[in-house]
Amino acid sequence: MSEYAIELKGINKSFGPVRANHDINLPITQGTIHGIIGENGAGKSTLMSILYGFYQADSGDIFVNGNKMTISDSQAAIAAGIGMVHQHFMLVENFTVLENIILGAEGGNILNKAIGQARKELLKLEEDYGLTVDPDAIIEDLPVGIQQRVEILKALYRGAEILILDEPTGVLTPSEADHLFNILRQLKDQGKTIVLITHKLREIMAITDNVSVMRQGTMVATRKTSETSVADLAELMVGRRVLMQVDKGDANPTDVKLAVENLTVKDSRGVIMVDDVSFEVRAGEIVGIAGVAGNGQSELLEAIAGIVPAETGRVLLDGEPINVTGGADPALLREKGMVHVPEDRHHMGLVLPFEEYENSILGYHNQEQYLSGAFLNIDAIRADAKEKIEQYDIRPPNPRLKTANFSGGNQQKIVLAREMEQDPVVLLIGQPTRGVDVGAIEFIHKRIIEMRDAGKAVLLVSVELDEIRSLSDRVLVMFAGKVVGERSPETSEGELGLLMAGVEGQAAE
Amino acid sequence: MKNELPKWADYGLIPLINLAIAFTVSGLVVLFVGENPIEAAKLLLRGSLGYGEGIGFTLFHATNFIFTGLAVAVAFHCGLFNIGGEGQAYIGGLGVAIICLSLDTVAPWWITFPLAIAASALFGAAWALIPAWLQAKRGSHVVITTIMFNFIAASVMVYLLTGMLRPQDSMAPQTRTFEVGGQIPKLDFMMDWFGLDIGGAPLNLSFLVALVAAFLVWVLIWRTKFGYELRTMGTSPTAAVYAGIPPVKTVVITMLISGALAGMMALNPVMGEQARVELDFVAGAGFVGIAVALMGRSHPVGIVIAGILFGMLYQGGAELAFDMPNISRDMIIVIQGLVILFAGALEHMFRPALINFFEILSINSKSSSKEAA
Repeated sequence: MSEYAIELKGINKSFGPVRANHDINLPITQGTIHGIIGENGAGKSTLMSILYGFYQADSGDIFVNGNKMTISDSQAAIAAGIGMVHQHFMLVENFTVLENIILGAEGGNILNKAIGQARKELLKLEEDYGLTVDPDAIIEDLPVGIQQRVEILKALYRGAEILILDEPTGVLTPSEADHLFNILRQLKDQGKTIVLITHKLREIMAITDNVSVMRQGTMVATRKTSETSVADLAELMVGRRVLMQVDKGDANPTDVKLAVENLTVKDSRGVIMVDDVSFEVRAGEIVGIAGVAGNGQSELLEAIAGIVPAETGRVLLDGEPINVTGGADPALLREKGMVHVPEDRHHMGLVLPFEEYENSILGYHNQEQYLSGAFLNIDAIRADAKEKIEQYDIRPPNPRLKTANFSGGNQQKIVLAREMEQDPVVLLIGQPTRGVDVGAIEFIHKRIIEMRDAGKAVLLVSVELDEIRSLSDRVLVMFAGKVVGERSPETSEGELGLLMAGVEGQAAE
Repeated sequence: MKNELPKWADYGLIPLINLAIAFTVSGLVVLFVGENPIEAAKLLLRGSLGYGEGIGFTLFHATNFIFTGLAVAVAFHCGLFNIGGEGQAYIGGLGVAIICLSLDTVAPWWITFPLAIAASALFGAAWALIPAWLQAKRGSHVVITTIMFNFIAASVMVYLLTGMLRPQDSMAPQTRTFEVGGQIPKLDFMMDWFGLDIGGAPLNLSFLVALVAAFLVWVLIWRTKFGYELRTMGTSPTAAVYAGIPPVKTVVITMLISGALAGMMALNPVMGEQARVELDFVAGAGFVGIAVALMGRSHPVGIVIAGILFGMLYQGGAELAFDMPNISRDMIIVIQGLVILFAGALEHMFRPALINFFEILSINSKSSSKEAA
């Protein structure tokens, strides 16, 4: 038997112009728990999808137990002994545990035999690994922790020797997570190999033997967990990028324009995403919210912008409370001077099949200058769009072009032009330079600073730490839905990185 | 651009290919029953376009399909699939009946007609209101509710036509025949300009109303604020939330407009042809409207063209059934079904292949231009 359960050599995968995986090499030793860590969008999930046969690598080789394999679909992965537990469970909610376990392995048209056999197998698996589950329970009646256990059982039932878990603790309570770790240790003791994908450093330290760090599609390091530290990993993850030079004078903050008080936001599953957050943004300052993606920043921004209703708390815009808990009307907030550059410009900030000029009024299509009665004043809208195209150097300068046909940077400029030219009181910006080319980044940063200097209150959310540091006047760090600290932008990346990873104690020194 | 076709291919080539396939398969069916498909095609064309009366009938049928096609298209732009055109048109007929039965003896047609237009639209819209409300407020899928409302409409109309609306001394489940005040003029004079004699064909003023409606739908969708909101909602619901577009209001108003357009279809058979409301006068036009909208790519111009094409199939098909003994009326429905199948249901069948084809074409032309340079 080979030393490595899995070995990936030179894996490349691109989606259009985006290189999701760039020349990845990854050896995973037999019988170990191997962590793969990186920020969202670093390429972890793509890599695992290649291993599980969802995607085909553009180039590179996969070795399983020393044998070169082509994994064309999940059937082939299962046959090779690879099992996967997805972040979002692939269970039929109104089936029983047993029915779910035999799903895809029914072995004939009559189910009785398979169910009987599965029941026996399941008992054996329970004995071997201490994975107790009631085989006749209906999935939707089970708590998520147990549902996940069913997913693990499903993989084991199919004879998985290598188990991949994608962000397994994302949906679990801390005690459920501890339980999961016990199970994983037990599986390891039985000789299984486990790959754990996560962006939580603590989990890596708690359970893995080895850890690989991914950043922007590349594998930056593979270490023995015992020989590394949280600080070390945080730095590898975030990267020591050259601080971008942004010409910026001192901030001149005056009145509080945006006040957030004890805001709590739950997502559709009822998980608390923003937990009792309070802060203020003054006119003439940029407050940056740093954090690893998925720690509640997106939900915070959307709640303030009136897109998702908050559970509890208050938000004051220019001293006046807005109805955050009842779902404030985004149109009304715009009228009151709060503009929003959303994180997801493809689904929210723009309607991609529309022509450029049509997107230049999205959200402002009620304004008089764009209308004549109930009709759109097409001439005025196009003239206005042309003006913004010139001002923001949007290319190609054609308001009749379909928005989907602009590059990422130019699409973002379309949104920025629309929002910034409203002369707002408060400017909310999410991920201003995500997927934006370098030239446009500089321009966008300059415009944000100009907005600040013009006396606007700017709230900036970004997962790019260097962007937060170079633009913000104050930095708030979010972790697990809470604001865990406020720092000045001059604070070292290491310290901010630790805060972002939720290692409060060490960082406080 | 990936996964995209040039506009001309999207709007022109794909419908043509679908149509060609539909007719090829139809030809095989004709061959199978022992007739000559070329002859059949000739008969179909001659029957629908070959003489004045044929054209008159073709455009008469097309009028129905343009109305119902527009109804489907408006909802479609908002991401809603209104398949209740059948029921909305049927109830629209009730609105027409109420106006005509009460005014036909006292008012001339040019007074009853505008009122009947308004009443048909109002009744059609009202019939779409409950499904719209349920969709917007409760998330009950509009496909399910509108199709259920078709059945309810059918039952309601049977009840009314056998009861209240039936004259005392009549045995037929229909209203009395409207007097001149409840009948709209035929377009024989207009066809006369082209030197065509429509004979007994019931082509009437509502054809022009349908064309005006098509233009107004274009204005609504691409030139009004509401149309902008409707399209945003239909293309990207998350962007609509971001833009503060009220979802309930947009869905409800869109469905009301859609229902109104379907309701107006009733004008054509009720005031323009039979001069009374008969049982099942809609006769499937509500469903044909779905195919017309799909084939016309939800654009008013496309819908007018597709409507006329389906009008040809109806009229030419009737002539064909008459002239070719082996081809029965049912056979014609098979052919219409094939067109609906290929143009409507399988509308995207050839798209991926065509996209690949155009991609290869563009790569080839690029590499050849490189070689040339």
